[in-house]
Amino acid sequence: MDVFFYIAAAVAIISTVLVITRKHPVHALLYLIVSFLAVAIIFYQLGAPFVAALEIVLYAGAIVVLFIFVVMMLNLGKETSLQEKTWLNLSTWLLPGILASILLIELVYLINTQPNSTITIAEVDPKAVALSLFGPYLIGVELAAMLLMAGVIGAAHIGQRKKKYWHRFLQEDEQ
Amino acid sequence: MSETLTYWIVIIGILFVLLNVAALLIWVERRMLALWQDRLGPNRAGPLGLFIVLADTLKLFFKEDWTPPFADRNVFVMAPAVVVICVLLSFAVIPFAPNIQIVDLNIGLLFFLGMSSLGVYSIVLGGWASNNKYSLLGALRGASQMISYEVFMALSLMGVVMLTGSFSLHAIVEAQKNCWFILLQPVGFVIFFIAGIAETHRLPFDIPEAESELVAGFHSEYSGMKFGMFFIGEYLGITLISAITVALFFGGWLGPAFLPPIVWFIIKTTGFILFFILLRASLPRPRYDQLMEYGWKVLLPLSLLNLLVTGGIILLLNQP
Repeated sequence: MDVFFYIAAAVAIISTVLVITRKHPVHALLYLIVSFLAVAIIFYQLGAPFVAALEIVLYAGAIVVLFIFVVMMLNLGKETSLQEKTWLNLSTWLLPGILASILLIELVYLINTQPNSTITIAEVDPKAVALSLFGPYLIGVELAAMLLMAGVIGAAHIGQRKKKYWHRFLQEDEQ
Repeated sequence: MSETLTYWIVIIGILFVLLNVAALLIWVERRMLALWQDRLGPNRAGPLGLFIVLADTLKLFFKEDWTPPFADRNVFVMAPAVVVICVLLSFAVIPFAPNIQIVDLNIGLLFFLGMSSLGVYSIVLGGWASNNKYSLLGALRGASQMISYEVFMALSLMGVVMLTGSFSLHAIVEAQKNCWFILLQPVGFVIFFIAGIAETHRLPFDIPEAESELVAGFHSEYSGMKFGMFFIGEYLGITLISAITVALFFGGWLGPAFLPPIVWFIIKTTGFILFFILLRASLPRPRYDQLMEYGWKVLLPLSLLNLLVTGGIILLLNQP
């Protein structure tokens, strides 16, 4: 089973790097989907099938579709690719890269020196997730619901439009 | 060892049957449409016109497979495969009979929802990569339609999940031993079925294709077997929605004992496939904004209400 974890983890890392380095926004988003799928597999292996399913349904299936939806309408072509190219030059990523790799080396060292490197995997079935969500974490769920409600109301308000009349005769009929 | 062998037989058998069903549906749909519209339909080639399947498949295989020079090549090639892969993967969780199921996941229903939401990509990417304004319009419509209808699809199924207490499709069918869920969840069934039609973008909700406005919508630029993948994907999608409906609301393989369970499942599924075709024969296509309004203003409140009432009744009955 460990092999599957390492494969999924490698796919996740490689695809995430490709998300950053792709010039074309839609191609980058496609790699983002692959990255989400890989993360879902990792969740599944760590004994959280419910989270894995939600990762696919929500992130890969809904949120990235909306991203692609917007990018599609912007019709970004060759010019943006060229722009990307000029932005991603050596001096931009060198310093953050060095700093991040120092942290990576530290992380690898810490993991290696951990006394107990095996993790016990306890599978959490959907029912257990639901019980804890609507039991001890009820306030979090309620707050999230309120936030979403605010978003919905905001969207409805912004989307409000004056009724358009295509002909003045119709306008008189309405009044 | 023998267990592995049975699994392989089940997997290959299901795949074989599904692909043949999808091909056969080409003929079934044309003949049934003709029947309901007082025509004859394809009846010349072979017995009952059955060889039309062969002719159509040969045509799809040998047509020039053309990738337009202005298209985004890699995405263009990948898009048709996505829909077939997603639909075929969904069949992995469907219980055809007590012992014929590829895998009984405890998140089976969520797996199905996840795969159907990934299926959107084939429309979106196909339409976008074609680099054609009609395709792009089709892709935009497809994306917004499928994302909206996925919401009610998932919500309408939660009533069934509450009654069973599990996402596993095997457990859901088992829970219907005494009473099919169509009797307990009629509203859920209607919403699910409407959302299912929208998910497979069949008439009357074939707005991403809408040949009278958008040429052929998202697959305008496709030809040959790439178009064939969209074509087969649509028929597989119909079969999938029918099979899921049967498993969730019509007792799956359950039925009087004089027929084996798998036969009951096939009979019920066939009924729903024919119903899909009947809808195509009889209903006009709504306008795009009507579709979205109907979804968000009618189906969403209705499915939330259904969820609330179901939850309330279950709480009331389970009170000590």
